[in-house]
Amino acid sequence: SQTKKSLFSDPRSVWFISSPSCVMFLWHTVKWADSLLIFITFSVRSQDIRNTVGNIPMEWYKDYPHIGYDLEGKKIFKPIRNKDELDEFLDKMENPDYWRTVQDKMTGADIRLSDEQVDLVHRLQQGKFGDVNFNEYEPAIDFFSNEVMIHPVTNRPQDKRSFIPSLIEKEKVGKLVHAIKMGWIKPHRPKETTPQYYDLWAKEDPNSILGRHKMHIPAPKMKLPGHEESYNPPPEYLMSEEERLAWEQQDPEYRKLSFLPQKFACLRAVPAYSRFIHERFERCLDLYLCPRQRKMRVNVNPEDLIPKLPKPKDLQPFPTTQSLVYRGHSSLVRSISISPSGQWLVSGSDDCTVRFWEVSTARCLKTVEVGGAVKGVAWNPNPSICLVAVSYDDTVVLLNPGLGDRLVCTATDQLISSYEEPEEVKDQPVQWAVAEGEGHEQGHRLILKHPKAVRQVTWHGKGDYLACVMPDNGNSLQVVIHQVSKRRTQNPFRKNKGLVQCVSFHPIRPYFFVATQRYVRVYNLIKQELTKKLMANCKWISSMAIHPGGDNVICGSYDCRLAWFDLDLSTKPYKVLRHHKKALRSVAYHRHYPLFASGSDDGNVIVCHGMVYNDLLQNPLIVPVKVLKGHTITHDLGVLDVTFHPTQPWVFSSGADGTVCLFT
Amino acid sequence: MFRRIFHWQFSALVYIRVRMRLSHSIQRRLCILKGIYPHEPKHKKKVNKGSTAPRTFYLLKDIRFLLHEPIVGKFREYKIFVRKLRKAYGKAEWSGVQRMKENKPAYKLDHIIKERYPTFIDAVRDVDDALSMSFLFSTFARTGKCHVQTIQLCRRLSVEWMNYIIASRSLRKVFLSIKGIYYQAEVLGQTITWIIPYQFAHDHPTDVDYRVMATFTELYTTLLGFVNFRLYQTLNLVYPPKLDGQGEFSLKSECEEDYALESESYSEKLSALSASLARTVPLVEDEEAELDLFPAEGEDLEKMEAREKIELEQNEQKKLFEGLKLFLNREVPRESLAFVIRCFGGQVSWDKSLCIGSTYDETDETITHHIVDRPTIDKQYINRYYIQPQWVYDCVNGKILLPVEEYFLGVTLPPHLSPFVEESEGDYVPPEKLKLQALQRGEKPQAEDDEEEEEEEEEDDDDEDDQSEDEDEANLAEMEEKRAQGKSLSVKVTPGKVKPENRMRAEQEEKAEEKRLAIMMMKKKEKYLYDKIMFGKKRHVREANKLAAKRKAHDDSNKADKKKKKKKKC
Repeated sequence: SQTKKSLFSDPRSVWFISSPSCVMFLWHTVKWADSLLIFITFSVRSQDIRNTVGNIPMEWYKDYPHIGYDLEGKKIFKPIRNKDELDEFLDKMENPDYWRTVQDKMTGADIRLSDEQVDLVHRLQQGKFGDVNFNEYEPAIDFFSNEVMIHPVTNRPQDKRSFIPSLIEKEKVGKLVHAIKMGWIKPHRPKETTPQYYDLWAKEDPNSILGRHKMHIPAPKMKLPGHEESYNPPPEYLMSEEERLAWEQQDPEYRKLSFLPQKFACLRAVPAYSRFIHERFERCLDLYLCPRQRKMRVNVNPEDLIPKLPKPKDLQPFPTTQSLVYRGHSSLVRSISISPSGQWLVSGSDDCTVRFWEVSTARCLKTVEVGGAVKGVAWNPNPSICLVAVSYDDTVVLLNPGLGDRLVCTATDQLISSYEEPEEVKDQPVQWAVAEGEGHEQGHRLILKHPKAVRQVTWHGKGDYLACVMPDNGNSLQVVIHQVSKRRTQNPFRKNKGLVQCVSFHPIRPYFFVATQRYVRVYNLIKQELTKKLMANCKWISSMAIHPGGDNVICGSYDCRLAWFDLDLSTKPYKVLRHHKKALRSVAYHRHYPLFASGSDDGNVIVCHGMVYNDLLQNPLIVPVKVLKGHTITHDLGVLDVTFHPTQPWVFSSGADGTVCLFT
Repeated sequence: MFRRIFHWQFSALVYIRVRMRLSHSIQRRLCILKGIYPHEPKHKKKVNKGSTAPRTFYLLKDIRFLLHEPIVGKFREYKIFVRKLRKAYGKAEWSGVQRMKENKPAYKLDHIIKERYPTFIDAVRDVDDALSMSFLFSTFARTGKCHVQTIQLCRRLSVEWMNYIIASRSLRKVFLSIKGIYYQAEVLGQTITWIIPYQFAHDHPTDVDYRVMATFTELYTTLLGFVNFRLYQTLNLVYPPKLDGQGEFSLKSECEEDYALESESYSEKLSALSASLARTVPLVEDEEAELDLFPAEGEDLEKMEAREKIELEQNEQKKLFEGLKLFLNREVPRESLAFVIRCFGGQVSWDKSLCIGSTYDETDETITHHIVDRPTIDKQYINRYYIQPQWVYDCVNGKILLPVEEYFLGVTLPPHLSPFVEESEGDYVPPEKLKLQALQRGEKPQAEDDEEEEEEEEEDDDDEDDQSEDEDEANLAEMEEKRAQGKSLSVKVTPGKVKPENRMRAEQEEKAEEKRLAIMMMKKKEKYLYDKIMFGKKRHVREANKLAAKRKAHDDSNKADKKKKKKKKC
């Protein structure tokens, strides 16, 4: 205890060290403690017994003014410390005992270590014993020695049972001997470990196969290796640098080959395949975890899928070659129309002109300038009247081109000028005006001012009525019908459902077709009622044409479809053709031949044979016969309008490249 | 069939587990041993309670079938045994441990094999995986991943199998791949393929569950044992295999004990594959009676002839190496080569110090081929070919003895092609294969020198063409210059040439257009299918073209190299 006292100057520490276990504890701690701090906490704890908080982390009192409680339960307050960094530094510089000053965590007070304590710390840091006087190399004295002594350790006499044989053992041995004699116990025979094989299928009866085995799907065999797996493959099967990189970056699951093809100069150089066990294991997993299913492989010859259609050769005549190009317009040609005689062609373009061409020579006979980009032109279908309706902006102009038969032209002029103002003037949505002066000389005859921009004009078959479409005009007054002879305008619908795209008159009966974005409505003009509503199954109808027979309608749409309706059959399309790659701009029927054509933004005009039979039971036959290419695509627009020659199997198409083509 | 299907984890197997108190591992073993596999239900959503999450489904019928397996009782017994043993170990009752180990419960899989493969042909058909697994396990080291007994059994069975293949001469194809060596044999009309890894120590992967593999091996060894027994019976061979009397005598050499213990020397000799096996009925030479042919009804004479031809070819292939005496140097894979050579009737031997069972020495003057896999060899005998091991394999695949020149020592080997690839029309065929086919047809290979000369000539022609083109270009440039200077050209009107109308081409174009138009009129569904088929075909063609282009580029670069070398020589 003397040495211990020297260890801790405070006498109160003695009781702490008095028990041997504590000494051992201290010893252990001291032995491996090479840092100052551990020792300091020890000494400090033994010193400050008056703080009763016990062995707790002192951070718990970090935010309190006190640091614990004394024996009487009163708070021990922290010493007032208002040293900042600078004071600390000054203290460090000036105080000669600074290096031996430590802070007591339990009380917060600074303690100056005595010389003995400093010495102890040094000794511990050097790995020496804390006690100066302790001799660690004392001679060892063995408790047991290797020498045999004459006296036993204990002097107890031996038991009697160690001299006489055991009766119990004798009995046991006797039993065993008896059992062996009687043959009950036999010597141990080594077990057969190698499996025995025999003819398992000796009595093989094919009839005894259960239904189970008929249902059983045997596992497919592993795929046989190809040339690329060879140790010395042909050079073309080796991967190039890029292919190798691509292979490495690919997810192992999606790789086409599970290994990298390699080439070795000789068999000796071939290494072990590192994934061999993996592959066997994966096969095992496949065998017992993969669902098996019988899949019938469809072995279809792709040629059989192609429908058998009559040969286009047998369906002649139809236009096959581009024979004439009508050049002259400097901008998109939005609309074309042909005279009923088939001699003249009119085209309206975005360069604010309307040009009249002779069909057979491609000569531009006349150019009429109008006040805006021409949206639609329509030649009056009545052969006895020579009138062309031209729509631009919000105006529709009726032109007399003065081409062809002089008599017809003068008759037309007379017809227009012979109009007599009726007595009571009705309030009309459209203003009619007679062209005069320069306009009259150019051929303008009547000018119809509409409230909104007119997109399409179309004539009735008799040539007296004219329908115009103003799609921007809200839901009222999108369609108007003009009667030229009486200069009268009618608004057939009080209200229009949806945006009207185009309208058309029935060629024979008093029906009127109105195509909105998704539906085509058929109205009876006499009864003034809706007769049919055709569902086009497309997003946005662009154009519509009516078969001269009147029972079939085709609709082109901006989503690349062409729908053929058989009005007798259903309100849904009889056939939807998706043969264009881009939006359809216009469709047309031929007046005599069983032909129809569609023009699209992909620059193609596709001519189809569309035969309608008189027999009601026979469905129309539709066969595409020719893809005509002649227009270049400008501004993502190809063909804008197509129309057929009234008598010949010729088709005209106008394009965004400012040309009109004739295909014969 | 799919009326009631239970889910793997939640219903079906939990059902068994609850009913029979089975652990997960036992369930798995049962599924493996009994060959129960999941099924794909037709209406996944209906079965899966409306969810489309990927799950595995079993048929309820299959699960009921598992329940009636008597082996389940054995498994349970084994589990109890393990528990008792552990307890005995814990208490250090060594005598008890000894006794328990002696009475270890064992089970047999014979009835399961019989049940899974009701006829022998079924078993033979399914023996592929069994063989691959057994050969793999037989190459494992004797410590570590599985029981030594299993490894020994696998080795024994695979040696038995190889001996059978040799005796029946049913090997057909061999392929040296980078993974291992593939063998294909025809046993009782069934094509059986297996793979043997190269002889190296395995580095065992950590992400492989060896318990699953061990369960499969357990099943496969049983299957293979029974199949071997029956196969040996069909050939009148003694099972377990015994060496032929003469062979046994000749094999007895004085330094036998250097290679193996006395107990193991017999099996080692068997696995050396150098001697023929003993038969229960002595083999009579040339007893093969010609089979009478009965043309089946509705079968053409041509077909029958083709079949006959194939049979004849096969018979010839079986005798491919007959009369040849080969010697294996020590660096070649002995077992594989000995197996292949013996399968085709050749004689084979190796250095005495290499392995037990060598039949003749290197100094034997009658040796015809010496197989070496090193660039040079010091002491060469004059009356034998020194060739590389690929020759043997290529001969087997080509079904003829190939010319040895390309396989001499130090020569760059021709590519080794896979015999399993059968090219259909439109596929890419490597030129080596074409060469081989020509050889098989009996055509003589063209001398390479001629080819080269021709090529050179061709190239000269090309040069001339180039020159003429250059001249044309020069003329044009001159004219351009003149035009630019504003000089009047000496313009001359030459009569135009009449363009001959190519009728064939026009016809073809017309047909193509007709097809294009007809495709337009296809229904959506058919169009989809058609597009898919055509896409696949196009991809096929593209791949073939790619390979051909690669090959051409390679050949061209090779040729250029050769030319450079020649020039240097000059």
